Amino acid sequence: MEVLNAQSISIVFGGLKAVTNFNLKLEKGELVGLIGPNGAGKTTIFNMLTGVYTPTSGKILFGGKVSGEGSMQSIAGLTPYQITQMGIARTFQNIRLFKDLTVLDNVRIAFHFGVKYNALQAVLRTPAFYREENEITEKARDLLKIFNIHEKENELAKNLPYGEQRKLEITRALATNPRVLLLDEPAAGMNPQETHDLMNLIKFIRDKFDLTILLIEHDMSLVMGICERIAGLDYGQVIAVGTPAQISKDPKVIKAYLGEEVETGA
Amino acid sequence: MQKNNRLLNSITLLLVSIVIFAVLFLLIYNNIINEFAGDILKISGIYIIVALSLNLITGFTGQLALGQAGFMAIGAYTTAICVMKFHIPLLAALIIGGLFTALFGFLIGFPTLRLRGDYLAITTLGFGEIVRVIMVNLEGLTGGAAGLYGVPSFSDDFKLNPIMGFIWIFCFAVATILIISNLINSSAGRAIISIREDEIASNSMGINVPYYKMFAFVFSAFIAGIGGGLYATHFGYLNPSMFNFLFSVNIVVMVVLGGLGSITGTIIASCIFAFFTMYFLPLFKDFAQNVFHISILDFNQVIFATVLILMMLFRPRGIMGTKELSFVKLVKGIGFNKTQGVK
Repeated sequence: MEVLNAQSISIVFGGLKAVTNFNLKLEKGELVGLIGPNGAGKTTIFNMLTGVYTPTSGKILFGGKVSGEGSMQSIAGLTPYQITQMGIARTFQNIRLFKDLTVLDNVRIAFHFGVKYNALQAVLRTPAFYREENEITEKARDLLKIFNIHEKENELAKNLPYGEQRKLEITRALATNPRVLLLDEPAAGMNPQETHDLMNLIKFIRDKFDLTILLIEHDMSLVMGICERIAGLDYGQVIAVGTPAQISKDPKVIKAYLGEEVETGA
Repeated sequence: MQKNNRLLNSITLLLVSIVIFAVLFLLIYNNIINEFAGDILKISGIYIIVALSLNLITGFTGQLALGQAGFMAIGAYTTAICVMKFHIPLLAALIIGGLFTALFGFLIGFPTLRLRGDYLAITTLGFGEIVRVIMVNLEGLTGGAAGLYGVPSFSDDFKLNPIMGFIWIFCFAVATILIISNLINSSAGRAIISIREDEIASNSMGINVPYYKMFAFVFSAFIAGIGGGLYATHFGYLNPSMFNFLFSVNIVVMVVLGGLGSITGTIIASCIFAFFTMYFLPLFKDFAQNVFHISILDFNQVIFATVLILMMLFRPRGIMGTKELSFVKLVKGIGFNKTQGVK
């Protein structure tokens, strides 16, 4: 069953065609990788899928929490918060945590749109307020435990080591209760051991939370290790789609990454 | 145990408010501190209300606004006109003044809240000036540049007026502090703070950023409007030049000095500001006149500028930063609470 379907989406910035006719269909529970050299348009695709940019042309269909099983609705043109509320969460390439807030608050903020008590109840401190606040805090702690950063819940996000900041960003995205999770270079800046742990963690959360994951990554050991399907991108266009084994042998992908051999001519 | 803790916190805060209130009340009532000192306290209270309203939009939501005096002016004139022309009771008039100001906040917010940083600051600054000029020109309603005289005071009894004024302002200040701190320490408050921290991330976490910006802005206008109404009632007359650009800047100074995003910081800074401008700096009147040949008002500006520069150099995040001073923790520290150290 498909959950996300991008149908020939393109975006043009002025005269620059950042992404042209990008197609991608995500089946439920899949773990798909998006690779390509710098500037290929990977993050731009993420930004279109999450509503930061509206595609110049093309359709994005999503089987969200509201639309019910099996039925798809168009999400192109919606704002990021609407799309997040429907069930697509993301992390950012250049970590965007709420730096001056505690680890716990970072996660609790992501629960916000599910909160039922209103501002008046908060000001009056009604029992409903306390009940839900406790619930949110417990849920946030449970998530933090999965990523093993629960002991640092009262530290400011900016004081965490880099790897844990990345983990916190994933935790925060999970707190929005998504169906599809988009990870933008989750392993950037991690050492091989950390990357290895992260790989297992990504697989684990996919199974535990019943997620569909699309990730951008430059670390080939991670991409080849966990992705079931990979799309290679260059100059805003898909150059290859296939299993990790197929992609690693694809001449176009190799060309995009390594360049072509030049005949020097005798 | 959690419930007990909650109860204990509430009782502590209630007791602290009552003690502060009782002490000040008795001091004023028995004429131990004179009427002038009482005025400083009352102005402090009004500054607390207005500065907190600005802190909500600038300190917590992260949107620099420079038109708070404009909101105060709308609230002040609305309250005064409601009481004088329509004989509405003061409490209702204050609320109407607040609501009317909130309406203006809503209308102004639509176009301006799309702007960021400096642009928002300039537009709100312009708004404040427009309000002032409109007040000057609506002579039939506001008395124009000559001002509006005879705004009814807190009590008809001339002798009771100072103490009644104190009670009104104190209650409104405490209510403002309570409402803002409860709001900030809730899910909506966290949503508001997340906008200050990172608007893009906040949006991506499912937070309706335009809505919460507007919410904070309108609520800030509402509180500023009530502050303006109290200001009008306290002075008994209104003049558009009371709400000039300099006043907006002074409110910003209080918030920045106290710490952007700190409620207690704003309270401390507002009191210090009132004390300095009303008591301490006027002591240098002759000094300013004789040595620098400038009026005390100009001298004030020189001092503020110097203090701000020093503050930016040595303590750029204000007196409190984003931290809060907690009476509850203070009391617990003294040993009131035996469950200390248990998590």
